[in-house]
Amino acid sequence: MGSAFDEMNGFGEGIRAPYSQVAEWLGTQHLGALEEKRIEAETLFRRHGITFAVYGDSETTERLIPFDIVPRIISAAEWRRLSAGIEQRVRALNAFMHDVYHRQEILRAKRIPEDLVIQNSAFVPEMIGVDPVLGVYSHIIGIDLVRTGEGEFYVLEDNTRTPSGVSYMLENRETMMHMFPDLFALNRVAPVETYPDNLLKTLISVAPRNLDREPVIALLTPGLYNSAYFEHSFLADQMGIELVEGQDLVVLDGVLNMKTTQGLQRIDVLYRRIDDDFLDPLTFNSDSVLGVPGLFDVYRSGRVTIVNAPGGGIADDKAIYSYIPEIIDFYLGESPLIGNVPTRNCRKQDDLKYVLEHLPELVVKEVHGSGGYGMLVGPASTKEQIEIFRKKLVQNPANYIAQPTLALSTCPSFVEQGIAPRHVDLRPFVLSGDRIRLVPGGLTRVALKKGSLVVNSSQGGGTKDTWVLQD
Amino acid sequence: MLGRTANDLFWLSRYIERAENMARLIEAGYRLGLVPANTPGDHNDWRSTLESSACAAGYMEKYETVNTRDVINFLMFDTDNPSSIASCLATARRNGRAQRTALTTEMWESLNGSYLEFQTIEPKTIGSAALLSRLDWVKERSAAYRGALLNTILRNDTFYFSQLGTFLERADNTARILDVKYYVLLPRPEMVGGGVDNVQWGTILRSVSAHRSYRWVYKESFKPWRIAEYLILNKSMPRSLIASAIEIDQALDGLSTLYSGTPPPCRSIADEMLSVLESGRINEIFQSGLHEFLQAFIQRNSRLGAAIAADYHFNG
Repeated sequence: MGSAFDEMNGFGEGIRAPYSQVAEWLGTQHLGALEEKRIEAETLFRRHGITFAVYGDSETTERLIPFDIVPRIISAAEWRRLSAGIEQRVRALNAFMHDVYHRQEILRAKRIPEDLVIQNSAFVPEMIGVDPVLGVYSHIIGIDLVRTGEGEFYVLEDNTRTPSGVSYMLENRETMMHMFPDLFALNRVAPVETYPDNLLKTLISVAPRNLDREPVIALLTPGLYNSAYFEHSFLADQMGIELVEGQDLVVLDGVLNMKTTQGLQRIDVLYRRIDDDFLDPLTFNSDSVLGVPGLFDVYRSGRVTIVNAPGGGIADDKAIYSYIPEIIDFYLGESPLIGNVPTRNCRKQDDLKYVLEHLPELVVKEVHGSGGYGMLVGPASTKEQIEIFRKKLVQNPANYIAQPTLALSTCPSFVEQGIAPRHVDLRPFVLSGDRIRLVPGGLTRVALKKGSLVVNSSQGGGTKDTWVLQD
Repeated sequence: MLGRTANDLFWLSRYIERAENMARLIEAGYRLGLVPANTPGDHNDWRSTLESSACAAGYMEKYETVNTRDVINFLMFDTDNPSSIASCLATARRNGRAQRTALTTEMWESLNGSYLEFQTIEPKTIGSAALLSRLDWVKERSAAYRGALLNTILRNDTFYFSQLGTFLERADNTARILDVKYYVLLPRPEMVGGGVDNVQWGTILRSVSAHRSYRWVYKESFKPWRIAEYLILNKSMPRSLIASAIEIDQALDGLSTLYSGTPPPCRSIADEMLSVLESGRINEIFQSGLHEFLQAFIQRNSRLGAAIAADYHFNG
């Protein structure tokens, strides 16, 4: 991993252009002063209540996601290329979702194995024939990108269900501007603060047709013990919409209502941050107390828009992922502008054989997993861990995919030893409604442990402010 | 606004107010214990502090005897006690977190800051000196939150429900302090303004931070009927029953204007509460019974709280 591409230094051929100012600034900083800044940032985050709960902790403790004060910088030209590739991907993903819940042309054309979609637990048969407004299924998609060289970006994962992290993109920028205003005077950094406004425009644009008034929009959260609760309240606040829980909602006379101080008020667009399974106990998981009985019927009748639509998980399934180049070609007639990481589906006999023979070199993930749980990073694992994983893999091969262990790019980061390179990824957030909206930037996650490739906050990852420079 | 939001805002304000009142009660009780005129070993004063704060039953369940250390611990730090300062700050912050979108940044940071700092206190380190300065800190934090609210919040339902919580709690608190101590205000044959009575009267005033303002208003030494009049009927005294009733009336006015339509049932309870106080005369109140008057007030105030919750759909 010593030879990874570095965002500031490339492969060692000198400071890359986007970093020229920041490299100079870093050179003049004393470690003690940076440590003070780091503590200041932590205090700011805690005071703002930007904390999250960790699943599996014995009690509901609130933790901070470590914030790294060295920004991750993307040049204007790099961003133009990335944003074109991201938009292309998002258009194809939405076309795919529309197709699999309607005529299933792509399955008839045998471009994707039919059982991979129909038998998939992320496929929601109740969505067949439902027509979301403007044909958009996933209005908010997070695309996880990784980099291995100067022009080499790959999509590692698509997140078409309820991607989170955008509040960190916004708060990281606020914090950086608060602490290092001078840096922003020296660099032309594209603003990200328009995101909530763009999100609101997107939500309004997909309201049920023929409303004779402004749509009423609400954000549905599982509640304040959810790990992403801060983000839910932050976004609701930024957009000026109600933050509701299942207990605040009721279906009556065929419409969705929230219980207000003045009685019931109709909701037209529900930006939900709970999973499909919990949306409606009458249609999905009957044990759910987080959702609203009868919601899905209101949705099917077109009297409320659910954002993102139920059933979107079919597009970010990790087994479907390897077919994305096919999907882009099938619906858009284009070849992917940003490539996939070569992926082996363990459901295929010869892929499984290869994977079992090469476990110590590979990254193996569960097809429905997220958050860095249930995965094996071969090179970072002990023999015992690999053997335990091998057993799980053999028992249920269709549940796994495998990818080569990529040398993710590194970015200078402020860690205990001083400034040192740490591996990063990038998650831009794309909005689809009446048009596609993409704020220049995203969430850069950083694996703060030396050599680690796992950037997930649940696994000790941190975040950085992400700069897209303007020409 | 969601009914749940109104409920959380109402109780958020109540708990902040309660924390502040608790700090005053502990301070007054503690000072009383330092007065040599008190019979040593007699802890009636702590008992009345527990009763004024409606914590007596909870305390007696846990402890056999009433002593300074246990009482202070129970009222300040014990999270089994829902009215302890620790519980008040935690509940207020929990409600604020649940309604983060209704609070301004200043309100939230004040709330969150108080909670986080209180978490760092070691109860064992609270000796006499630290106790009084820590109680001052609680009052300051409550003032900071109220200040942030008054300075930054929109004058809409968020504000009105917050006001209702603050003043229902305050009215309840002042009425309880008076009721627990009403007997020291009653005329007695042996009452000649002796040292002990004077201290007790001063303690009542101190419990509502009124021991200095009393002298500015009445320009004479403590007189029990004056004290009662001051805390019940004087509109200029910000913790008096009538001052709270006026604030409640104004907040309900604000809600009626904002929501239009016919006034909800809670309105008539509030009107009744205010008119009883406006037409009240202190000698008549003493004649017909101070205790009975205060009991009736406390019950009406609690009916009002229930009616507000029902009228504005606090529970959906």
